[in-house]
Amino acid sequence: MLAKRIIPCLDVRDGRVVKGKNFVGLADVDDPVTLAERYSSGGADELVFYDITASFEGRKLFKDVLKEVAKRVFIPLTVGGGINTLDDFDRVLKCGADKVSVNTGAIKNPKLIGEAARKYGNQCVVLSADVKRVDGKFRIFAKGGREDTGIDAIQWVKFAEKSGAGEVVVNSIDTDGVKGGFDIPMLKEVVEAVNIPVVASGGAGSIEHFIDLFKEVDVDAGLGASVFHFGEIDIRDLKSRLKEEGVEVRL
Amino acid sequence: MIAIIDYGVGNLFSLESSVKKLGFECRVTSERGDIARADRIILPGVGAFGDAAKKLRALGLDNTIKREALEGKPLLGICLGMQLLFDRSFEYGEHEGLGLISGEVRPLFESVSGLKIPHMGWNSLHILKKNPLFSLVDEGEYVYFVHSYHAVGCGESLSASCFYGVDVTAAVQRENVFGVQFHPEKSGETGLKILKAFGTV
Repeated sequence: MLAKRIIPCLDVRDGRVVKGKNFVGLADVDDPVTLAERYSSGGADELVFYDITASFEGRKLFKDVLKEVAKRVFIPLTVGGGINTLDDFDRVLKCGADKVSVNTGAIKNPKLIGEAARKYGNQCVVLSADVKRVDGKFRIFAKGGREDTGIDAIQWVKFAEKSGAGEVVVNSIDTDGVKGGFDIPMLKEVVEAVNIPVVASGGAGSIEHFIDLFKEVDVDAGLGASVFHFGEIDIRDLKSRLKEEGVEVRL
Repeated sequence: MIAIIDYGVGNLFSLESSVKKLGFECRVTSERGDIARADRIILPGVGAFGDAAKKLRALGLDNTIKREALEGKPLLGICLGMQLLFDRSFEYGEHEGLGLISGEVRPLFESVSGLKIPHMGWNSLHILKKNPLFSLVDEGEYVYFVHSYHAVGCGESLSASCFYGVDVTAAVQRENVFGVQFHPEKSGETGLKILKAFGTV
């Protein structure tokens, strides 16, 4: 049986993990390679790296980090942040990424999804979508969730699937950072709309939130950042609990 | 030395890293001489079957691989590399494979209904037959799959499956020719154990 995936997400700026400093059991560790190894041996099913650097120098450091991670960690790696062109896909794939996640770059140029899927295969292209309710409708936001694009979220994920995206990560701005649970009503609509794997993001605060997520919606994976970085949830504990609840996980 | 065949299909960074981490000498190559000198061959691959088969032929590597395999050199096909070992594939048309293992490659959607395609993620192995690749692995261990096509009609060579709506071919073996649909280089410790076993068959 296909297992539900648990995915820690690491934001990297200037070669360091942002918010990594309080990682449980490790004093002052914000080295992405150390964290990646720790997550991999701790039961993570996949890792997501977002490059949140703006500088040229930072981007170079990000490449070095990725290569080092890919040399040591043998689980799937998804990379996003600043992916606007096919050259950007190429750049991170050469450093060992398995999947490339595209967000604002696809909003600016929707053809990018199809072009990348044709060149690198559907399995490689992940649409990352930041979704927020506006007047009771789900809308796509750009620029890290600051700008309303006016695009209908459900239409957008359908378009991405049709264009060749192999997976979609949906981040709910309404629940993100609040740690009050995943945005189950929104995720239900997305899962209904597409026939590709859906990764839920935004709102994870406790093990119960993941149990609710997998029991209530047919998503493929749950993503979290600070809950894992700060040690509020240990991935092995989380997976044991999910298994007890009858959710298929890789232990 | 393990030759990892580079024919312009997919990303070999992780595969090379995992083989090196295990302490095996390896070379990523498209040179026939390297393949002849190697004591083992890995045929990787991501993408479309027709395009991959064409690239392999254009480099003249199809015959080299076939010859080496028929002479008894251990060969491991991974993902699309496994699919290429079969007689033919029906991925966008009909394409001829290497014919080292009998069977054919068909779209998953023909067999699986109501499930997401690609079959992507960690699935548990159901070992059907003794296969040296699984000498260090137990029944039920999880490995990482990403594919939209699968091998059918493998007959006696089928050695492991996983369940995704139907029994999906996960591994095949015919004498010294091995194939795995999943990615051992992305399957954590279990994957490394499988690669380690291949390095010592």
